[in-house]
Amino acid sequence: MRFLTQDPTLADFGHDPWWLILLKIVVAFIFGMSMILLGVWFERRVVARMAVRPGLNQVGPFGLLQTLADGIKGILKEDLLPRTADKVVFFFAPTVPAIFALTALSVIPFGPMVSIFGVQTPLQVTDVPVAVLVVLACSAMGIYGIVLGGWASGSTYPLLGGLRSSAQMISYEVAMGLSIVAVFMTAGTMSTSGIVAAQAGGSEASWSIFGWHPTVPSWYAILLIPSFLIFVVSAFGETNRAPFDLPEAETELVAGYMTEYSSIKFLLYLLSEYVAMVVMSSIIATMFLGGWRAPWPITAFWSGANSGWWPLLWFLAKVVLLLFIFVWVRATLPRLRYDQFMKLGWKVLLPVNLIWILLLGGLRVMQDEQFSGRNRWLIIGGAVVAVLLVALLWPARKAEPKTTLEEQMSARPSGSFPLPPLDLQVPPSPRAKRVVAERRPANVTASGAGSGQVADADTDADEKEV
Amino acid sequence: MSLSAYVPILALFALATAFTLFSVGISQIVGPKRYNRAKLEAYECGIEPSPEPVGGGRFPVKFYLTAMLFIIFDIEIIFLYPWAVTFADLGLFGFVEMLLFIGTVFIAYAYVWRRGGLDWD
Repeated sequence: MRFLTQDPTLADFGHDPWWLILLKIVVAFIFGMSMILLGVWFERRVVARMAVRPGLNQVGPFGLLQTLADGIKGILKEDLLPRTADKVVFFFAPTVPAIFALTALSVIPFGPMVSIFGVQTPLQVTDVPVAVLVVLACSAMGIYGIVLGGWASGSTYPLLGGLRSSAQMISYEVAMGLSIVAVFMTAGTMSTSGIVAAQAGGSEASWSIFGWHPTVPSWYAILLIPSFLIFVVSAFGETNRAPFDLPEAETELVAGYMTEYSSIKFLLYLLSEYVAMVVMSSIIATMFLGGWRAPWPITAFWSGANSGWWPLLWFLAKVVLLLFIFVWVRATLPRLRYDQFMKLGWKVLLPVNLIWILLLGGLRVMQDEQFSGRNRWLIIGGAVVAVLLVALLWPARKAEPKTTLEEQMSARPSGSFPLPPLDLQVPPSPRAKRVVAERRPANVTASGAGSGQVADADTDADEKEV
Repeated sequence: MSLSAYVPILALFALATAFTLFSVGISQIVGPKRYNRAKLEAYECGIEPSPEPVGGGRFPVKFYLTAMLFIIFDIEIIFLYPWAVTFADLGLFGFVEMLLFIGTVFIAYAYVWRRGGLDWD
């Protein structure tokens, strides 16, 4: 089930005529822009349906033009420049995340070799030996726009939002960067088209169920499932999406780094968030879900599914599925607290990642080196002893000393802020003249006689109040 | 493999830059300008604002610490990438080398954890 003749290799890139490069970047740009319009619509509509609301349905068919209308309205609004802001940085900071989020679209593989106006070319803007690094670099550069925008606003909420955002994104970049090491180890390349090619076609299993040899899946989402899960979690952290949308936690920070921004600059931050989401979905689809290759049941009965322009359909389907997961998680999970969030990134994802890389490396090396039985057991035994040693030497958590509430209160230094007694009963305020009437059950009958009784109860209450 | 494969990345970068600069410029032209002193104040939910000095006020040192930790681990990742790409060729020798390297970083990691560098409160 391989179509290696159609798989673009690195040698296929860099030969496009100038008009084809221009065409490709314009199409990629339009793809990014239309994915924002559709993505915002999709998110609002899906969240609404999950909350049993109708969602967008006024502007255009199914409300599809709502985002466009919002965008035009945003451009026509006044562009405020706060008095305390650093003028130049404040003006240019919102462009930075948008520029880099759009640039990252250049290395996403959309399909195999196709013929465009008679020129055989891969359905991908370009590919370089370090393509995944380009995506990581772009998402890292986007942080500058956020932290500079928050810093230049000259206001407390944006500053805190920008700092939180940068700390969050760099923390999850560590987890994200480590989780794709396993992909590079298995694929042996960092180019996106190479990673798609490495996930082509599963091999038939050597074992069988009642004589049927199942196909071993070749998607890295299944082969390298810990990496996949860590990457998806850190993609949420990296794109500032719920449940990790702490930089814009509206209960704490108003709108985070965007608080002072209005008009098109606000829209540019919003735009970059959605493009980053699309880029992350595309990268997850490329690195873990087989890229533009058709999923297994389709290839089983349709051999042409991976040729021509069809792969574009499978790729878009995977991206939309991942976008749906982004929205689904937002509608389902509550926001984390900041310390919980940082703890997850540094104390869970990072060590799990490193151990998983070593485990995978060890397994692969043992497979390749053809160790004899005794040596293999020696190595496994050595690893187990090492893990046990670390576990034994790991500092135990100190038990929290148990103190009662009374002890804590009496241990407070003198001159502390006075505390109310623990068994405090709040008396009714002497200034409250209003005595709330006893609520009588309304005796509503079908004849309508109940309404008179309810009115009676109201007058009773009025009398007491006076 | 020539450098010409990098040109489209720069081209898309230029296109995105042109688009964003155009859109921030156009909003200056088409948007209204109605002066109001209150509109230009820093937003603090309606109370009298206490703006940060330009250049940022004071902020918790934790953020700085996180950035330092990020540099340490990001450099580790940068060392891991070339090893991962050539993993199949390096074999046992490369694996043992990387085991030693990650072990060294793990010691630093355990130290930072024990000293409370990873706690956020």
